[in-house]
Amino acid sequence: MSCCAPTEIVSDLERVERAAPSPEEVRLASRALGDGIRQSDLSVPGIHCGACIQKIESALSKLDGVAAARVNLSTRRVSVRWHEEQVPALVETLDRIGYEAHLFDADADKKDETLAELIRALGISGFAAMNIMLLSVSVWSGAEGATRDLFHWISALIAIPALAFAGRIFFRSAWSALRRGRTNMDVPISLGIILAYGMSLYETIHHAEHAYFDASVTLLFFLLIGRTLDHVMRERAREAVKGLARLAARGAMVLRPDGSRDYLPVEEIEPGMRMLLAAGERVPVDAEVETGTSDLDCSLVSGESAPQPVAPGATLRAGTLNLTGPLAIRALAAAKDSFLAEMVRMMEAAEGGRNIYRRIADRAAALYSPVVHLTAFLTCLGWIAMTGDLHRSITVAIAVLIITCPCALALAVPIVQVVAARRLFENGIMVKDGSAMERLAQIDTIVFDKTGTLTVGTPKLVNAGALAPRTLALAAAMAAHSRHPLSKAIALAGASAPHLALADIRELPGYGVEARAGEDLYRLGRADWAVTDGSVDAQAGTVLSRNGELLARFEFEDRLRDGTTEAVRELGRRGLNLEMLSGDRPAAVASLSATVGIDTFRAGVLPGDKAARMADLAAEGRKALMVGDGLNDAPALIAAHVSMAPATAADVGRNAADFVFLRESLSAVPLALRISKDSGRLIRQNLALAVIYNAIAVPIAILGYVTPLVAAIAMSLSSVLVVANALRLRGARSSRAADPRGTAAKTGRIGPMEPAQ
Amino acid sequence: MTTLLYLIPIALFLGGLGLGAFIWSLRSGQYDDLDGAASRILIDDENKPK
Repeated sequence: MSCCAPTEIVSDLERVERAAPSPEEVRLASRALGDGIRQSDLSVPGIHCGACIQKIESALSKLDGVAAARVNLSTRRVSVRWHEEQVPALVETLDRIGYEAHLFDADADKKDETLAELIRALGISGFAAMNIMLLSVSVWSGAEGATRDLFHWISALIAIPALAFAGRIFFRSAWSALRRGRTNMDVPISLGIILAYGMSLYETIHHAEHAYFDASVTLLFFLLIGRTLDHVMRERAREAVKGLARLAARGAMVLRPDGSRDYLPVEEIEPGMRMLLAAGERVPVDAEVETGTSDLDCSLVSGESAPQPVAPGATLRAGTLNLTGPLAIRALAAAKDSFLAEMVRMMEAAEGGRNIYRRIADRAAALYSPVVHLTAFLTCLGWIAMTGDLHRSITVAIAVLIITCPCALALAVPIVQVVAARRLFENGIMVKDGSAMERLAQIDTIVFDKTGTLTVGTPKLVNAGALAPRTLALAAAMAAHSRHPLSKAIALAGASAPHLALADIRELPGYGVEARAGEDLYRLGRADWAVTDGSVDAQAGTVLSRNGELLARFEFEDRLRDGTTEAVRELGRRGLNLEMLSGDRPAAVASLSATVGIDTFRAGVLPGDKAARMADLAAEGRKALMVGDGLNDAPALIAAHVSMAPATAADVGRNAADFVFLRESLSAVPLALRISKDSGRLIRQNLALAVIYNAIAVPIAILGYVTPLVAAIAMSLSSVLVVANALRLRGARSSRAADPRGTAAKTGRIGPMEPAQ
Repeated sequence: MTTLLYLIPIALFLGGLGLGAFIWSLRSGQYDDLDGAASRILIDDENKPK
């Protein structure tokens, strides 16, 4: 694998057929920077190394009107600044040098404020922890009297801004939980930190020996590490999903009554407007065809794999792809009333399994905080009863709160999930948040969509071997001039054949391709159009004819994704119930179900029925994973306990799914399941470790033996322990690379984002 | 004791300097593209795009 051949790497993946965005669309997706300069952001999944950076930057900078182009290798994005007068051909240029690019929306590139805040807080608490520790070590080593007081005062001064700035992340969350009468992990954290500081301040004023400034600040520092990692993991997946090709139209070319043309964003299209839809564009809103004929790919919308021919009068659903001919269409509904919006509404209505699900960390917190607070309270009472010394009692109670502050607990879950997400990333799977992994580990049922999920959604020529090589070559040469999926399948099958001298090649949308070779007229396409002598009926499918006589007949079938049968078999072996729900015809679904070995299936299912099936499963107490790609799957993806979508899924589906897998192979499903189970086990181990730590530390604290030194050692040790345990998940990878199925070995070298499309 | 009077401010000042440098580097976007920075050093182009 050469480093700079991104097209090679993605070639095994289904490419979404899509015309390069028009200049109007580029302008719409850019944002103004002032001074007549606009910035466009492109996601280029194929960027790999320094050579790519140079190639892309120099190619784009040479374009007319481009002021600057800058590649970001980490996010695999290019931001281009250009002069307003002229929109440069960005995507086409990148395509020419071998990089696939997708436009980013202008508002998609907002700075991540939360991350910036977290990192600033991390820096400040790190600085404070370091300096206070320095002073504390001197105190522990025997600084006495005035020196000790001085050190304590300095520590108190350093700790104040650190707590105020870095601590407010926790205080905010704890406060909002308390206000709603609930408790979360941040409540004991905030309480522990504040009380530790308050008590230390009191002790310092009274020239006492022990102050816990170091404990409160290092606690904050460790906790912020966990919080930041958690955030980075989620954002990264979200960013990567955003960078995938957009499968909904951004706008459309509107024909005004006075004959002028305007490119309008989808939201501004009103019913009754006339629009021009070029081949390769998606239908922006529900519309009716006025003039022109074409074929439409509806697979993302209805699950039907065969393209639909359309003629004037036909109704088009938003989101379908115009394949072969230009159409003039009239909008029937505004974007907010179109099919797409209907799906979004259904998704909102669907009661997701995720709403009911409570994260392990939250459940632990709900148990943990009352127990801890009660222990501290009882300790205080106990000491008062025993000694009658109020000050001493409160000191011990606060020491209990400090030592039980759930540092390890708060780190236990996110660190495992970050490591697991990283492993999934390396295998081309993106996870939206940590709770998805917890939910995936629980499933007992998997429901698959058919078209685009189990299958690639593009047809393959199956009888290539039975055809005469010359005939196939001729058909391939003709088919190369069409965007129709069947044509592309023929062109692919005959790609190695020598090209023939053809003339007058033209495509008749809805019918096929015709061409002349010498005296003969060849036609490739619908049987009743290509064969004029009436020897075949219209149902014969796709044929090649010479002067109206049948030459060859082509048979197609939708290709399975790589590794589908293996993945299904492995999942079946794990005792999971497998089901298939499809909007396609019963015959097609039945034959596929026999091939892959999924016995339970339903065909001709409407989007609402899919979501209803998910609700039924949930009502039966089953936890279902939904794997689907189409718009029609989106409500079911939300309704399911946990959901997964391929990168080629519709935008809405991709955003609804918890997991998105970038590679073609369906082996992503068992792999994600395995990693989720592994991480679930490690999380439970980590929680057990935290409990053991408390079992040892709490008695010591209750007996009043906790000094700042003991607290510092105990807390650091427990944190290091859970982090080390989480890292075992990484170690598990090397042993799996030798996996005979080779999933890890085959894909391990490729970085996480390259094969996005 | 007197040594502490200037040693502690020096220590804190140096620590603060480090913190300041970190925040400055954060703001100037030096962590935006860590992988890219590693690769860019290998590009020896005179009229490098800004």
